Amino acid sequence: MINGFIALYIFMLAAFTGYEVISRVPVILHTPLMSGSNFVHGIVLVGAMVALGDARNLAEQIIGFMGVLLAAGNVVGGYVSTERMLAMFKTSQDKHKGSRT
Amino acid sequence: MNMLLSASVINNLIQAAYFIAALLFIIGLKRMSSPKGAKNGIVWAGVGMLIAGLITFLWPGMHNYGLMLAAILIGGVLAWWSGRRVPMTAMPQMVALYNGMGGGAAAAIAAQELIRGEPIALAPAILAVVGGIIGAVSFSGSLIAFAKLQGLIKKSLRYRLQQIVNSLVLLSTLALGIWIIMLHGTAPMYVVIPFFALALLFGILVTLPIGGADMPVVISLYNACTGLAVALEGFVIGNAAMIIAGMVVGAAGTLLTQLMAKAMNRSIANVLFSNFGETASGSAEGVSGSLKPIDADDAGVMMAYANKVIIVPGYGMAVAQAQHKVWELTQLLQNRGVTVKFAIHPVAGRMPGHMNVLLAEAGVPYDLIADLEDINPEFATADAALIIGANDVVNPDARNKKDSPIYGMPILNADKARNVIVIKRGQGRGFSGIENALFYMDNTRMLYGDGQEAVTRLIQSIKAIE
Repeated sequence: MINGFIALYIFMLAAFTGYEVISRVPVILHTPLMSGSNFVHGIVLVGAMVALGDARNLAEQIIGFMGVLLAAGNVVGGYVSTERMLAMFKTSQDKHKGSRT
Repeated sequence: MNMLLSASVINNLIQAAYFIAALLFIIGLKRMSSPKGAKNGIVWAGVGMLIAGLITFLWPGMHNYGLMLAAILIGGVLAWWSGRRVPMTAMPQMVALYNGMGGGAAAAIAAQELIRGEPIALAPAILAVVGGIIGAVSFSGSLIAFAKLQGLIKKSLRYRLQQIVNSLVLLSTLALGIWIIMLHGTAPMYVVIPFFALALLFGILVTLPIGGADMPVVISLYNACTGLAVALEGFVIGNAAMIIAGMVVGAAGTLLTQLMAKAMNRSIANVLFSNFGETASGSAEGVSGSLKPIDADDAGVMMAYANKVIIVPGYGMAVAQAQHKVWELTQLLQNRGVTVKFAIHPVAGRMPGHMNVLLAEAGVPYDLIADLEDINPEFATADAALIIGANDVVNPDARNKKDSPIYGMPILNADKARNVIVIKRGQGRGFSGIENALFYMDNTRMLYGDGQEAVTRLIQSIKAIE
C-alpha cells in the first residue's frame, strides 16, 4: 500500500513531469499528443481489472465489467487513433525518398 | 511458507512491472514532443501498457477472469474496429469518445469502492468521491461532445436560468458526496446511486450548450479530467502506475487546455459557462466597403504569378473535404516556383492541432505548415493569402476594434497580405456571429462556392495557363 504522504509526493512530481514534458511541444503535434495522453490514461484498465477481480456480488460484477470494458476501449482506441495520426506526419525530404523508391 | 514467499515475489514482480510501465509512459510522451521521435513514442507507451495489463492477471486473489477477458475483448475489438475505420475529419469525436470511456472506467472503480458499504479511511474516501465526480462528468460530458461533433445533437441547448440549474445539480452532487465521505464509504445505495446519477447529469448539462468551435478546449479539458480521475482512483486502490500516468496526463491536459483557451483569448470558465455566440449582436456596424466577388480564373492567375502564397485553412475545409484538392493546388503552384505555406491557428478545427492532422493526411509535409507566431510576420511579404473555411481567426477586428466580442484574440494577420482570396460558401457569418472586416477590405476578393469545388476550379484555371 502507498503511504499518504508518499502518494502526495508522487502526485506533485508527476504533475510537474507532465507539465514539463508537454510545455515545449510544437503546435503541429497537439493532436497526436493529446490522443497519446488519452491512451496513457488508459492505465485505468489495470485498476478496473483489479476491481472486477475483487467483485463479490452481481451489482459489483456489473459495475466492474463495465469498468474493464470502458477502460479496454480507452486503451485500444487511444492507441489505434494516435498511431494512425502519427503515421501521417512527413517532411518534404521523406516524401522525395518515398517517391524514388 | 512457500505460498507466502511466492505471493511476495509475485507482488514485487507486479510493482516492478508497474514501475517500468510508468517509466515507458513518460518516455513515450516525451518522444511525442518532436515529429521525428513521435512515431515510436506511442510504441514505447504501448509496450508499457501491455506489460502493465498482462502482469495484472497475476494479481493475487482475483476472481471473475472469464468476465474480465470478455470485457477486454468486447471493449478492445469495438475500439480497434472503430478506430481503424474512422475518417480523419471525424477523429475529434472519436478521441472524445475513447477519453470518455477512460473517465467512465475511473468512475466505475469509485462506484465499486463506494457501493460495497465497507468502511474506508478519510483520505481514500475523499479521493474516491472527488475522482468519482470528475470521472463521471468526463464520461457523460465526452459522450455529449461526441454526439455533437458526430451531428447526433444538432442544437446547442440554451435556456434561461441555465447556470442556476447547473449550479444546483453540482451542489446536490457535492452534498451527497460529502454525505458519503462523512459515513466513510458506508453510505446506503439510495445515496450512492443518486450521487453518481447527478454527477453524470452535470456532465451532460454543462456540455450541451457548448458550441462546435469551442470543442478543442472542451475535448482537451475532459482529457485532463480523466487523467486526474485516474490518478485519484489510483490512490484509492493503491496503484502507483495509475497515480503517475493519470497525474502526468492531468497536468499535460491542463496545460494544453490553457493554451487553447489563450488562443481564443477566453478563460476556461468563459468557454464552459458563457453562452458565446448567442448574445453577439451581429451588426455590420463600423464595417465599410462591400463584398467583391472574383471568379476562379482571375484568382488562379493571381496565385499562379505570385512569388509567395499563404493558405489559411479552417474547419470549413474539413467539412468540404477539400484538403486533398488543396494539396494538389499547392503542388501545382510549387511546380511554377511559387512558395506556398500553410498558416494554422491554434484553435482551427475541432480539437487541438486538428488542421495539421488533416493536412498531413492529404500529404502536405509538415515543414510547410507554420503556426501563428511564425507565420504572422510573413503575411506582409505574401502576394496572396488564400482563406479557405476560416473566418473568425482572420478577422482584423480582433486587433483593431475594441468593442468587438473577439477583441484581443490572437489572429492570423491575413489582412496584411497584398491580396486576399476568401473561399466561402455564402455570405453567412462566422461561429461568433460577427461580421468579418477582412471580407470588406479593398484588397480582398470573395470566391464563392463549396470549398472542394472552388479549389478544383482554381486548379483548372492554373492548369489552363500552362
